[in-house]
Amino acid sequence: MNVLRRSFLKLSAGAGALTAATAAGLVTSGQAWAATWNKSAFESKAVADTLKSLGASNLIDSKDIVITAPDIAENGAVVPIAVTSKIPNTQSISILAEKNPFPLAASFDITSGGEGYVSTRVKMGQTSNVRAIVKADGKFYTAVKEIKITVGGCG
Amino acid sequence: MAEPMKIRATLQGDVADVRILMLHPMETGTRKDSKGELVPAHFISSVIVTHNGKTVLDAQWSQAISRNPFLGLRVKGAKAGDRISVTWTDNKGDKRTDEVAVAAGS
Repeated sequence: MNVLRRSFLKLSAGAGALTAATAAGLVTSGQAWAATWNKSAFESKAVADTLKSLGASNLIDSKDIVITAPDIAENGAVVPIAVTSKIPNTQSISILAEKNPFPLAASFDITSGGEGYVSTRVKMGQTSNVRAIVKADGKFYTAVKEIKITVGGCG
Repeated sequence: MAEPMKIRATLQGDVADVRILMLHPMETGTRKDSKGELVPAHFISSVIVTHNGKTVLDAQWSQAISRNPFLGLRVKGAKAGDRISVTWTDNKGDKRTDEVAVAAGS
């Protein structure tokens, strides 16, 4: 009986250590997440602030960026947007819906082997310009397309 | 709790066309439930796509990405049988990783 009790105590102590370890693991993963996620850019409410947080200045209009999206989207909750950049050495592509409460929708860092193309679906509250920002060789290029929204999707 | 992703990678020449469908509520934090209370924000904030262990796309997302997000990308220099792995992390620290082999194109 006593032996059983001993082993039970040992077991629960082990389990306790495990829980502590998991908790510690969670904390570190949370910190790592905070480091990479560009909080100030994602939480800016004005396009100009977002651009500043992204470090994007001296934007150059480029015809080598193609935004593929419908002219009129009936459902603002699901607006398919694809961005193709033909600019060599494309490093990142960001997508902004200018009149959304938080304009920056997504930012994609493209590393070796990835092509300058991303496609996703975003929510849009109202008819607005969608801006793609491409970073290539340290310069920022941009293109704009207006998308009309019939029913907003930010509710 | 995280549902598996649907990933398809097909070869077109030497470029793999990768399409990913994730299952996630993507709550904005501004929507109200039937009781009029705000539903807290819950969205995928980071997606990392690797090709044979090498990162090709590192995406940061906001709550403006649609529910059950779709992500499409192209990977250069891919061969049939290459491993494409996708990991997402949401703002509550939940994670999911799924892997798929590149299928030969038609």
